Amino acid sequence: MKISALLFLVLLFAAFSYFMARQKITTAYRQHKSSHKILTLPKYFGYVAALCALLPALVVLLFLQMVEEPYINSEIATYISSEHIDANQNLDLYLNEIKSADTPEKVAALSEEKQLVYQRYHEIEQTTATTISVVVLAISILLTIGALKKININTPARKVFEKIIEGILLLAASIAIMTTVGIVFSVLFESTRFFGEVPILSFMFGTEWSPQTAIRADQVGSSAAFGAVPLFVGTMLISFIALLVSVPLGLMSAIYLSEYASRSIRSIAKPVLEILAGIPTVVYGFFAALTVAPFIRGLGESIGLSVASESALAAGLVMGIMIIPFVSSLSDDVLSAVPQSLREGSLGLGATRSETIIKVLIPAALPGIVGGVLLAASRAIGETMIVVMAAGLAANLTVNPLEAVTTVTVQIVTLLTGDQEFDSAKTLAAFALGLMLFVTTLVLNVIALHVVRKYREQYE
Amino acid sequence: MNNTDLVKQSLQKRYLKERMFKAMGFISIATAILFLLILLTDIIGKALPAFTQTNIALEVKLSADDLGINANSSESEIRNADYRKVIREALSRLFPEVTSRKDKRELYTLTSMGAEFQLRDAIMDNPQLIDTTQRIEFLADDDVAAVVKGAIDRNLPESDRRVKNQKLAWIESLETKGQINSTFNWQFFSNGDSREPEMAGIKGAILGSFFTLLVTLALSFPIAVAAAIYLEEFAPKNRFIDFIEININNLAAVPSIVFGLLGLAVFINFFNMPRSAPVVGGIVLSLMTLPTIIIASRSAIKAVPPSLREAALGLGASKMQSVFHHVLPAALPGILTGTIIGMAQALGETAPLLMIGMVAFIVDIPQTLVEPSTVLPIQVFLWADSPERGFLEKTSAAILVLLFFLVAMNAIAIYLRKKFEKKW
Amino acid sequence: MNEAVMNELAEPTMKNKSGPETEESLNIEYTETVGQPFCDDAKIKTKNVNVFYADNQAIYDVSLDIGAHEVIALIGPSGCGKSTYLRTLNRMNDTIDICRVEGQILLDGENIYRKKQDPVLLRARVGMVFQKPNPFPKSIYDNVAYGPRIHGLTKNKAELDELVEASLTKAGLFQEVKDRLHAPGTGLSGGQQQRLCIARTIAVQPEVILMDEPASALDPIATAKIEELINELKENFTIVIVTHSMQQAARVSQRTAYFHMGRLIEVGDTDQIFTNPSHELTEKYITGRFG
Repeated sequence: MKISALLFLVLLFAAFSYFMARQKITTAYRQHKSSHKILTLPKYFGYVAALCALLPALVVLLFLQMVEEPYINSEIATYISSEHIDANQNLDLYLNEIKSADTPEKVAALSEEKQLVYQRYHEIEQTTATTISVVVLAISILLTIGALKKININTPARKVFEKIIEGILLLAASIAIMTTVGIVFSVLFESTRFFGEVPILSFMFGTEWSPQTAIRADQVGSSAAFGAVPLFVGTMLISFIALLVSVPLGLMSAIYLSEYASRSIRSIAKPVLEILAGIPTVVYGFFAALTVAPFIRGLGESIGLSVASESALAAGLVMGIMIIPFVSSLSDDVLSAVPQSLREGSLGLGATRSETIIKVLIPAALPGIVGGVLLAASRAIGETMIVVMAAGLAANLTVNPLEAVTTVTVQIVTLLTGDQEFDSAKTLAAFALGLMLFVTTLVLNVIALHVVRKYREQYE
Repeated sequence: MNNTDLVKQSLQKRYLKERMFKAMGFISIATAILFLLILLTDIIGKALPAFTQTNIALEVKLSADDLGINANSSESEIRNADYRKVIREALSRLFPEVTSRKDKRELYTLTSMGAEFQLRDAIMDNPQLIDTTQRIEFLADDDVAAVVKGAIDRNLPESDRRVKNQKLAWIESLETKGQINSTFNWQFFSNGDSREPEMAGIKGAILGSFFTLLVTLALSFPIAVAAAIYLEEFAPKNRFIDFIEININNLAAVPSIVFGLLGLAVFINFFNMPRSAPVVGGIVLSLMTLPTIIIASRSAIKAVPPSLREAALGLGASKMQSVFHHVLPAALPGILTGTIIGMAQALGETAPLLMIGMVAFIVDIPQTLVEPSTVLPIQVFLWADSPERGFLEKTSAAILVLLFFLVAMNAIAIYLRKKFEKKW
Repeated sequence: MNEAVMNELAEPTMKNKSGPETEESLNIEYTETVGQPFCDDAKIKTKNVNVFYADNQAIYDVSLDIGAHEVIALIGPSGCGKSTYLRTLNRMNDTIDICRVEGQILLDGENIYRKKQDPVLLRARVGMVFQKPNPFPKSIYDNVAYGPRIHGLTKNKAELDELVEASLTKAGLFQEVKDRLHAPGTGLSGGQQQRLCIARTIAVQPEVILMDEPASALDPIATAKIEELINELKENFTIVIVTHSMQQAARVSQRTAYFHMGRLIEVGDTDQIFTNPSHELTEKYITGRFG
């Protein structure tokens, strides 16, 4: 039975039990005629009955769906290995070929042996699907009957219903935790497999990065090297340039807008910052690669410097501009949290505005500003598209901003796009880099959020 | 010397500093504005040529013999007829002086690879055209278009020019005969991706983005609103709830590419969901936008005055009823605004989708949520990577389309905020 | 914007909030200010001052002289405009965009609202102490040294040290903090913080000190210390103090001005105002029938 049909049937049962329960309670109320107390509305009894028919069945269905494919695969694998010993080719490819045969012509094109497997596969698929349908429908029907029998006018239907809804709300809120767990699980799991092949120390401290594993062992440069230091250095170099641009410009923009700007300048500048914040990073990447990088290269050549066409400087500069709105809005928040009384205290002593800002406001807001810079750093480190498009692929270990460097995110993208076998050290390395990225940004974020919160509490 | 004089003495220097400080602030903001202006003019300037398409009008003799078909041929016979041949003949007729094999091959590149499909579609629409001679405007090759649009400078020395003298002479001869014209490039909006710049369009990417956002919206909106309601209205004060809040705040700052890794490891490799499909992209993006929408929804719910809740509770409504009947409707505009902004973010996101394989070259326009497809920002990325010059203008044009959608979404958000803004 | 200003911003629109007697008091015709608003050796002369917050008028036509080396107290019910008036005297109102001042305010005969007047110089001459103690999040020493440093009042470290010590001593704080001059000023108690703010103000050696309810956030013992300090400071400074407490006004000031709903009702010697007020409104306020 198709999933959609199954779902439809379950929903039908739910609707049925809703009306039945409602009917039952309405009749019961009429017979009792105890109108002196406020009664729970009949619809709540209906809701509870409907949820009984719906929820457990859906949960079971979801679970069975998840285990269905692995189960079929393992079943067919045992069949293949027992019946067709010569099926020594890659099992996944073999199965794929059979599964993709969805027209009679394609089936006819399969070898005889594979046709057998094909038939077996469809038998198993059929029985599994039927089993799932039967189980799910049975649960739905049994619970519907049970609920309809048990429900009476003394059931606290509204409370039960609201408890269930509250549970669903809690579940929704917990998705944040599940996402974090999912992230940690996925990067950690693949990373441990990677560190099984490449020692963690040579990954963390190795200075050579060339993830190309050779196909034949005797090829030149056959041994892949996974020393990630050049990537870390490259990431830090570009992020540093970006912060060098964005922190002063962002902070000064925030100060200028809140302290000096006339209304007309503010009405232009604020939307500009919002637009800068809203432009997709891929657009910045395009601009960095096709406009800024050639410009810097030309500029360098005109004063006799050799600049790589994918220089760290170009990527860093554009990334810096991208982060300006972020820094500026964080600084604005932080500066406006400084109590007005401090500002007045300084002005009242005859300080100028800039003296008040430099000597009182900024020192008072320093923890918040530091927190903002940490968040900006975390953004810069995790930024992907600008560097993918405008930074290099070659892992040069250098801190010269005019040369091309590569970053952690660039390598993750390069290693994982295109057709790769998933289990190779190459793809696993991407997850190890992802782990590094996640841990670094996590630490930065946690510290920054903590610092900023403490800072705010100080003035509340 | 009294104090006032001392202060007066220092004043000039202090005001100089004040002015310098103010100027620094102005320069900072001016830098940002200037950068935006340069970025936009650069992209718009590069994008404009993409909206015109260059055509070459050719007299094609659609003789049944040359095509190898006749009026009674079946559809599949018409479909497989040799259209290339008649177009080549038409070109040869225009330039009879071209005889050598090498030159002829060069001559045939004047029209796009798509010309024969154009002809095929015309004949399949109207089989009566067979055995007539028609003047048909064929799509020009991207090099020809570049020359006509001025993207390739005709005055450059031949060695520096992508289009050589011979071809340039042909183009100019066509121009003087009035056989080259330009029309608005509707194909850009109705075609899928292509290896040939002149045929590439963004319909596939737009639909892919649409399907992906549909999934994102369907998942993230209800979940985020439910989570926000729970955290604002029902959550007890305990460690578990604190942990949830920390997670939400932190997820908002996790690099987007990490969500891509999650999608690849969990949804594609573990749950065997289809690669490159909008459904997976949508799930990944919804996990990414959840924190944004939750945070916005929470502040919208928080802004609803307690008196409203109390009024409902005072009438004997349950907590749940007061929330769903009164608080939620009052907070809805704020929640919608936050959702649209989250969607705009998701629309511009690229990196996580690269991870789940939405980066493949896909010509077909996706029809469902599970077909391989690509999205607008990735189309930008793919075209930006292509060496052909014709893709440069396509990339910029695709960026313009992307920015158009973003501006539209933000405008709706601002409109909603203005319209329903309530002062409690 | 501080709370006092916010109150006054809100007040004019909420006419019925000033207490049970308001209805009656509104029936009283506003006349010219009674008493002696003018004096011979005026340090500050204000003539026909009107203050507006956007369209709301907060001060109506106030003319008042502040004599050299006197302590003058401004009293009145909350929202009567006394804080607003005080803040016009050193142009602290400039920090509020929507605020507009009309009329003349002369410091030593020069209008402080004239174009050429530099607010920075003005505030160095007319210092201010605020309602809530607002020490900078810096050390005690740096708090006091802040003014002299920005204005370049001292030539070297030794002079600065001396000035800081002298100011702290004058503010009666030196003995309490001399061992921890480099501890943060925010770590002091409320009363000590306020005396630190006073020390900070007198370190600039202004001619006039404006005090906006300087003791309202403090406990009685700290308040007593501040009042004692004001009595000592009047030797060297002209002091304008806004206060909510009539007892405080009686204890520290020579002259008292009574404000009501943005108007200056009566000015006179403190003794006379508290024992024998001429105006009906003043009397009602003194006797506690509203306020």
